[in-house]
Amino acid sequence: MLQQVVNGLTLGSSYALIALGYTMVYGVLRLINFAHGEIYMVGAFIGLTASQIAGLPFAAAMVIAMAGAAVVGVVVERIAYRPLRKAPRLAALISAIGMSIFLRNLALAVMGPQTRAFPIPFEVKQFTTGRLRISSFDVLILLTSVGLMLGLHFLVHKTKIGKAMRATAEDKETASLMGISVNRVIAFTFAIGSALAASAGVLIGMNFNAVDPSMGMMPGLKGFTAAVLGGVGSIPGAMLGGILLGMAEVMGVALLKSEWRDAIAFGILALVLLVKPSGILGRNLQEKV
Amino acid sequence: MPVLELREVSKSFGGITAVREVSLSVNPGDILGLIGPNGAGKTTLFNLVTGIYSPSSGEILLDGRNLAALQPHQITNSGLARTFQNIRIFGQMSVLENVMIGRHCRTRSGILGAILGMPGVKKEEKETRERCLELLDFVGLDVDPDEKASNLSYGQQRQLEIARALATDPELLLLDEPAAGMNLQETKEITSLIKRIRDAGKTILLIEHDMRMVMGTADRVAVLDHGTKIAEGSPKEVQRDPAVIKAYLGDEANVVA
Repeated sequence: MLQQVVNGLTLGSSYALIALGYTMVYGVLRLINFAHGEIYMVGAFIGLTASQIAGLPFAAAMVIAMAGAAVVGVVVERIAYRPLRKAPRLAALISAIGMSIFLRNLALAVMGPQTRAFPIPFEVKQFTTGRLRISSFDVLILLTSVGLMLGLHFLVHKTKIGKAMRATAEDKETASLMGISVNRVIAFTFAIGSALAASAGVLIGMNFNAVDPSMGMMPGLKGFTAAVLGGVGSIPGAMLGGILLGMAEVMGVALLKSEWRDAIAFGILALVLLVKPSGILGRNLQEKV
Repeated sequence: MPVLELREVSKSFGGITAVREVSLSVNPGDILGLIGPNGAGKTTLFNLVTGIYSPSSGEILLDGRNLAALQPHQITNSGLARTFQNIRIFGQMSVLENVMIGRHCRTRSGILGAILGMPGVKKEEKETRERCLELLDFVGLDVDPDEKASNLSYGQQRQLEIARALATDPELLLLDEPAAGMNLQETKEITSLIKRIRDAGKTILLIEHDMRMVMGTADRVAVLDHGTKIAEGSPKEVQRDPAVIKAYLGDEANVVA
């Protein structure tokens, strides 16, 4: 049982990292960025390249993956969403789906369709106490996720750009009249969300020792589910939603069968949308970054 | 040189001309009142000046500089701030944070500095806090600075909006019906605040429905009707202007005079 809690936390924190990008972008643009799962995939590939081909250590590969994905996220916003800022929201949503398909196929063309191995570039130790088994990699996933989330919390609440993000999320026009460059804040939001997705991409890519062009789809949808569960637009909601979803999946699989994993996740999505579409922490006027 | 100058500014939306060839100038240290019946084009004019709309024709100069090519945030940076007819504070942020948001366009520290927690950034943030607390004091807002802004009363939110606008260090402050929805006492306080702001060296453009307030506050008054400026002058002159009486004051003229 305790083992399942650990597994759930590990899975859940990676969902949370992805969910944060959805929720932050939704906060400032009211847009579900359906290309977010592909940003996660691109991040994993950049991390793989940095680690395997350039032979960089884990931390450096991680930073490069996050920076690279941040650039991709900013470019996607610039070419696919900004021109549609004033168009009906459906147009931007369709553009997001188009961007998702484009990025996946771009990865197919550049990297090829085969799944690549992404071994963990350091030795993994196993800690065993009684029936509980934790690998040092599980610990790394948890620590990285928690660290990034704490960093994000600090950024949003204590810094100038964080205040600008919250102001922009509440009222773009008024924010611009306070001297805030809304375009820069939106670009920054995409950069941060994409970097978090990339960190999840690298961690999960290593965890499953697999990276491929279509790897972003399922985690993308799970991250989206987690964001909706926690209340889309709410940062604490995305963290909570990710953890809860991870727990629910792991517990469900333990009680039922592993084929039920995705059915459980999307069953939760359907249930939340039916019963409380605003999510757990997302009251309509909750903080929306 | 006037702080703000409008040269034959027009704005049409489709077939409707909301503002037609309006020329105005606001001199340093002045309070210019802008009045006119509902739908006269006052708010459109405000939105033109702040860059939310761009004029269909004509020029708007702030300190002699044409605003046409600037984004709203750049216009704020060049010394113009406003408040809103229907209050638009950031309700989910604290009182102090609201004011600090206004201040941020005047501070230098960048994103990287904040992430790395450089000492200069912390010092600047502390100075910003202090300056913003002073501003809250100046507008007479006596509440807990960490209170969520949406919990303030209506009158307090107006004061907060003014503090936030002042935090951008504007040369020209645009007030859009600051006394709307206020009782007599609150209106009095706002009037005295506006005068204090002027005495602190700011120039003010004031849109107002409350005639008594405009007449008692403004140095000069311009009157809009159907998008055109029909009169301009001292409050007394405007009050006597037959065109104004016809368009706007109507029977109220006696009450005001």
